[in-house]
Amino acid sequence: MTESDGLSRRRMLMKAGLLFNAAIGAILAVPIVRYILSPVTRERKPGYESWLSLGPLTQFPQGQTRLATYRNPVVNPADGETANIPCWVRNVDGEKFQVFAINCAHLGCPVRWFPQSSLFMCPCHGGVYYADGSRASGPPERGLFQYRFRLEKGNLLIDAGKMPTTGSPTASLTNITLGRRPCA
Amino acid sequence: MRLIKKVGEWVDRRLQLATTLRETMQHPVPRQTASWAYVFGSAALTVFMLQLVTGILLALVYVPSAAEAWSSLQTLNHHVALGWFIRALHGWGSNFMVAIVLIHMVQVFLFGAYKFPRELTWMVGILLLLLTLGMAFTGQVLRFDQDAYWGLGIGASISSRIPILGPWIVNLMLGGPIIAGPTLSRFFALHVFVIPGSLIAFVGLHLLLVLKLGINDWPMPGRIVRRATYSREYHDLTRKDGVPFVPGAVAKDLFFSGFILLCIAACAVYFGPFGPSGQPDPTIIQTAPRPDYFFLWLYAVLSLLPPSMETPALLIGPVIALAVLLALPFFAGEGEKSWKRRPIAVLTILLVAVALGTFTHLAGYAPWSPVMDAWSGEPIPARYLKGCTALARQGALVFQAKQCHNCHALGGVGGQRGPQLDRVAVELTEDQLIRQVIQGGGNMPAYGKNLSPFETTALVAFLETLHPTGQAPARDASRTVESPSRP
Repeated sequence: MTESDGLSRRRMLMKAGLLFNAAIGAILAVPIVRYILSPVTRERKPGYESWLSLGPLTQFPQGQTRLATYRNPVVNPADGETANIPCWVRNVDGEKFQVFAINCAHLGCPVRWFPQSSLFMCPCHGGVYYADGSRASGPPERGLFQYRFRLEKGNLLIDAGKMPTTGSPTASLTNITLGRRPCA
Repeated sequence: MRLIKKVGEWVDRRLQLATTLRETMQHPVPRQTASWAYVFGSAALTVFMLQLVTGILLALVYVPSAAEAWSSLQTLNHHVALGWFIRALHGWGSNFMVAIVLIHMVQVFLFGAYKFPRELTWMVGILLLLLTLGMAFTGQVLRFDQDAYWGLGIGASISSRIPILGPWIVNLMLGGPIIAGPTLSRFFALHVFVIPGSLIAFVGLHLLLVLKLGINDWPMPGRIVRRATYSREYHDLTRKDGVPFVPGAVAKDLFFSGFILLCIAACAVYFGPFGPSGQPDPTIIQTAPRPDYFFLWLYAVLSLLPPSMETPALLIGPVIALAVLLALPFFAGEGEKSWKRRPIAVLTILLVAVALGTFTHLAGYAPWSPVMDAWSGEPIPARYLKGCTALARQGALVFQAKQCHNCHALGGVGGQRGPQLDRVAVELTEDQLIRQVIQGGGNMPAYGKNLSPFETTALVAFLETLHPTGQAPARDASRTVESPSRP
């Protein structure tokens, strides 16, 4: 056996060793990537978004818009107050409701309702919305996000669980649907 | 002394680094680089070390849990001896670090230091700038208060606009569907492990490159960088007109670093720590979130861009900026180094500085945001109501009660979202006022549904009184034209 043969055998062994490690690395990468992507994959499971009660209808007088809060359905022990999510409930005529997300459709700041002028105003970049959630002025390109709702045993229920953002699929689902009950 | 020397020798017999260290410290650098213009890089490194130390000290008490972070900051501020001071040092240190890194970058750019052969040093520097800004943003999140909570919301909203992947990225960033426990945990991991680890590694690489390639020579107008000859010219320069790095050049670095540390400590003592502001409870919506100062310009840009431009500008702008910065040494790798012969470089810096400065200044008082409590907290100055009719006074009430004051200033108080109304009667006729109030337009909501006819009449009567003394309100000329049918 010549020396070059021996070298090539060592090199072969080294390459095999590298390959062995690469294979193990690839196998390990699967659970690691799965772990990292868990916030995305968890979304597909049922119970992620669910129907939550905002309380009895008596809390939401006809013709008025009131602040309501709910506890997010997916909760971690470390969430503390951050899992309490507010939203605006508008009782249009006793049967028709609109439930608006608190987040401005521009960049998510909390909009405030001014009953005197019937406007929602955003303190960040100055987005303004009318009582029905449609855009009045400022940088937002659309109206406020709306939750689907239903009435059950005198309670107002909404389908919630995810912070609405401009690009999220829920944003297009909950597009402003004027004059039509968003949930039948 | 003799003992220290003995221990040192014992260690070095095993470590064998003393010779290398001595050579590194005494390597010759061009005499002119021992200058006050060259102190910013070392100052950034010093502040980074201060941040490492104070960061570790804060981590001794801080609780990275969404439920408890805010109260642990209160504990640091009020119950731990000098906890407030360590927080203030860390907060002011971060402000100084961003500022010094930017100044360092400007200096390096104006001195042409990114040119051959230091292209990679520049590119690593760009990465270090991004990491520094990443530290600034994640650090602002760890100060888990209202600003941090809604700032995360803004970050998520921006990320969500990325085509196709947006919603996934939002979930990855927040660690779930909403801003909550996992969000803070992952920002903690980024702020204390991932980004500082990368910073240490890339700062090491940056310094190694500076040592390998030599510190940038002082740019002389007319001394042109050419790939073929530069290395030899630089070598000649350091041999003929060089000083050892220690002590020749390091003295000014030491003094400046010490001075910066002193400034940070002085700011920390005088101004104290940053926040935390209100607790991160999303149901407390009486809040007007503001970013920290290094992101104020972005806050202004987001308010002032036309809505249709926003998403493209947000998503494409940073990519272009980054590409230009990274490509700079490749399309300008040779040639003139001196800022005296590079007017476009100087103008670019001035333009960027003026733009960032203006946006930051504007964001300081945010004229685009409604003043949310002006309607209830800032009354119309009494002089505007003197001698008014009862109807106009009723209109003034409408002006306050319907939140007009939130966006329109009178006598310098109130919002600046809409125009100041002190001379509105001169600018618009009565009819135009009625139309503007009822139909809105020009970025004003339509008030038609929200005002009764009486309220509109009263409000317009009040607005009609808003004109400088001696200047008559605007009149529709056609109202006074006599009808042609009359003889």
